[in-house]
Amino acid sequence: MKSHNKALVKGFRDGIPIGLGYLAVSFSLGVAARSAGLTAFQGFLASLLNNASAGEYAGFTVIAANATYFEMFFMTLIANARYLLMSCALSQKFSPETPLIHRLLVGYDVTDEIFGITIAQPGTLDPYYTYGAILIAAPCWAIGTALGVIAGNLLPLRAVSALSVALFGMFLAIIIPPSKKNKVIAVCVAISFAASFAATHLPLISRLSSGTRTIILTVVISGIAAALFPVREEEAEHDA
Amino acid sequence: MTHNVYIYIAIMAGVTYAIRVLPLTLIRKQIKNKFLKSFLYYVPYVTLAVMTFPAIMEATQSPIAGIAALVVGIVAAWLGAGLFPVSVLCCLVVFILELFTV
Repeated sequence: MKSHNKALVKGFRDGIPIGLGYLAVSFSLGVAARSAGLTAFQGFLASLLNNASAGEYAGFTVIAANATYFEMFFMTLIANARYLLMSCALSQKFSPETPLIHRLLVGYDVTDEIFGITIAQPGTLDPYYTYGAILIAAPCWAIGTALGVIAGNLLPLRAVSALSVALFGMFLAIIIPPSKKNKVIAVCVAISFAASFAATHLPLISRLSSGTRTIILTVVISGIAAALFPVREEEAEHDA
Repeated sequence: MTHNVYIYIAIMAGVTYAIRVLPLTLIRKQIKNKFLKSFLYYVPYVTLAVMTFPAIMEATQSPIAGIAALVVGIVAAWLGAGLFPVSVLCCLVVFILELFTV
């Protein structure tokens, strides 16, 4: 029990910078939620239950478009597919006799950042370390989103405009460093930019909702990349 | 037809939780299928890139400010800046540029 307390405190401490970053980024997510028509409570709830920047942003575009529930299902699946990979890696970090309850609880908040600090801990996973980080990070994420919805109404248009790119900045910080190390990823990113731009202007596909376009482009481009450039074992584990 | 926001949120939450928890509870071995593994490896980068551009130009009041934020964000991330600094830089670029252009 004593060692669990220690792990909890350490996780909490490591979670503080993550929570501060989340406050800022989720604020801009709240601005997106607000333009999709969500209330502060709905934004809070969405963030508390999802803990996913890109996934929630994608979801809000689905809500803004008043698209079908199936589209929401599929969009969330695609936008959050990376967590599947992270959880696969994380499952190898659990000691085999870890009770189910810990697997269910850790699964609540597998984000890029929490996954990152959890997987970086030496040895098998002490779930209490992850709980400590979640205790500070998750509330920051949810509260920041609610504040974004509320203050998005109060702030001048110019400030909202500036804050609305924070999320894209975070996306860039996720995709660019691996592009620097891996040429295939760099080419994928460049092709994705070009294809996404083209898709908003080409006939037929430009008439689809932006969510559907994202799904189609993601499946096609990732599929071609996977067929042409299969990933070696070590790469998939380290960069994911 | 108008959809219920709470049902949207419930679908998002259910799918997201399932994605995270199923591998943790069910898969005790590594995924073997090479194509599936590679596909999952590329998905995050492609989907984030597709969502970033050209949407970043539409998020700002002036498209030029959006493009500038994109370029500055790419350069900063390339030089090793983390999530938070890159986000703040992008915001600053838009804020400053729109002081002059809007």
